[in-house]
Amino acid sequence: MKILVAVKRVIDYNVQIRVKEDGSGVVTDNVKMSTNPPDDNAIEEAVKIKESGKATEIIAVTVGEEKAQETVRKALAVGADRGIHVKVDGTIEPLAVSKILKKIVEKENPDLVFMGKQAIDDDCNQTGQMLAAHLNWPQATFASKIEVNDKSLQVTREVDEGLETIEVNTPAIVTCDLRLNEPRYASLPNIMKAKKKPIEQINASDLGVDTNPRIEHIKIEEPPKRKAGIKVASVEELVQKLKNEAKVI
Amino acid sequence: MSVLLIAEHNNKEVKPFTLNAITAASQIDQDLHVLLIGSKADNVAKSLSEVPLVKKVLHIDHEIYENYIAENYTAAILKHADKYSHIICSANTFGKNLMPRVAALLDISQVSDIIKVISPDTFLRPIYAGNAFATVKSNDEKKCVTIRPTSFEAAETTGGSAEIEKIDAADQSENTKFINREEIKSDRPELGTARIVISGGRGLQSGENFKLITDVADKLNAAIGASRAAVDAGYITNEHQVGQTGKVVVPDLYIAVGISGAIQHLAGMKESKVIVAINKDGEAPIFSVADYGLEADLFEALPQFLEELNKLNTIQK
Repeated sequence: MKILVAVKRVIDYNVQIRVKEDGSGVVTDNVKMSTNPPDDNAIEEAVKIKESGKATEIIAVTVGEEKAQETVRKALAVGADRGIHVKVDGTIEPLAVSKILKKIVEKENPDLVFMGKQAIDDDCNQTGQMLAAHLNWPQATFASKIEVNDKSLQVTREVDEGLETIEVNTPAIVTCDLRLNEPRYASLPNIMKAKKKPIEQINASDLGVDTNPRIEHIKIEEPPKRKAGIKVASVEELVQKLKNEAKVI
Repeated sequence: MSVLLIAEHNNKEVKPFTLNAITAASQIDQDLHVLLIGSKADNVAKSLSEVPLVKKVLHIDHEIYENYIAENYTAAILKHADKYSHIICSANTFGKNLMPRVAALLDISQVSDIIKVISPDTFLRPIYAGNAFATVKSNDEKKCVTIRPTSFEAAETTGGSAEIEKIDAADQSENTKFINREEIKSDRPELGTARIVISGGRGLQSGENFKLITDVADKLNAAIGASRAAVDAGYITNEHQVGQTGKVVVPDLYIAVGISGAIQHLAGMKESKVIVAINKDGEAPIFSVADYGLEADLFEALPQFLEELNKLNTIQK
């Protein structure tokens, strides 16, 4: 069984982002970038499945500018066998990414495609479902547990009401939740070894996919600031303030 | 052209967030039709028809829709999408799972999780865990939009009498099977719609200690939330998680206990009307969004808090 894992390079989750003064976006120069956190869970799950003997090959793929390759390199260091970097500059929407991934799936014929449930930059939560639609494959989104059977997966999904379990036949798309597993760190020897693993570069324009944005970003602005609050000295004061000042209890 | 809203329900009742999405959809276009896909859900159809903002209810009734499967819902929606300018649903786990599948097959770049309708093609949406707001204009002819329910009031539920039209089911997907749902039943208000939310974090140190939170929640008739750290540590189950990858809540009062206030948690609660933080670390980032901050050991403060609440003659419910 072959697993394709899609990863995205985003501003690190610990960075307090800053909005550009001209309203055109957020500051990315000299800002720490990392793999989108739930994409790390997707890679980890693929590696665990391979370690259990149920998968033979893991391919990590990313779509993005030159530096997006770092994200693939990191996936190689934790256990992916080879990488694919689809190069494209500028903004690329989930719809276009899903069309590019479809081309990669058609070329590589994986049995499973894993990725994070949502990217923490645009917070769209679309790509996996869109890829599943283009391929007419079943989708198991927000996965917190995956059981691999012969020709199907049993997936536990985190939903608003609690947990839901579905069974999907393979080939299938799974989007991963943060609670699926605990991503490992790459060891130094594995980081060195990853440097020798191949990353194939493909230009998005060669895949015949229209990547022009359909959504115009008219303005990016800071959200309204909350006015500064006060510190209270005691529980009694807190309850009094809530009762008499804020009038919420 | 009309707009089509996809209803979320359990074949017995409409889920509350559908009512918030109805408000948003009606701001896009008043000719609002609601699509109900279910099995033996006549009562749901009736209650949707009584929502004054709804002009028509399209009802697909078939046993294949007894459980919500995105693949089956998508096929049903696509069968009836032609006549509509917008397809809309709530941006909770229901809509997040469903809408991109619909959008991709219509070749539409979806606009996710909007918090404001500026015009029928222009919307405001948070990005980067709500640390920036983007004004976006969709240039697709038809639009797929998901609504952040807590940013819109719930629609009135009585007084309307929309027509209910029965329409055809679509084919069933062979490749996805519903197995089960572990729904945790509770008498407490729902987290997404509660007036008061009290949340615990890693500071609680164990699942048993969440009882301190539960006791206060009982007194205030509050819903119980949690930080991701508390859920990851197994103190409490996932449906309580508030934050960027959990639920977004906007209660009148949000009480954060033993929560440091990571960006990802703030994303889920910082629009609350009044925020209280109880934390023994005076430097914790949660204090930067709190209206009232109490620097104290929660194991002393929570029992005292309950005691003070007990002294009050009345508590708003």
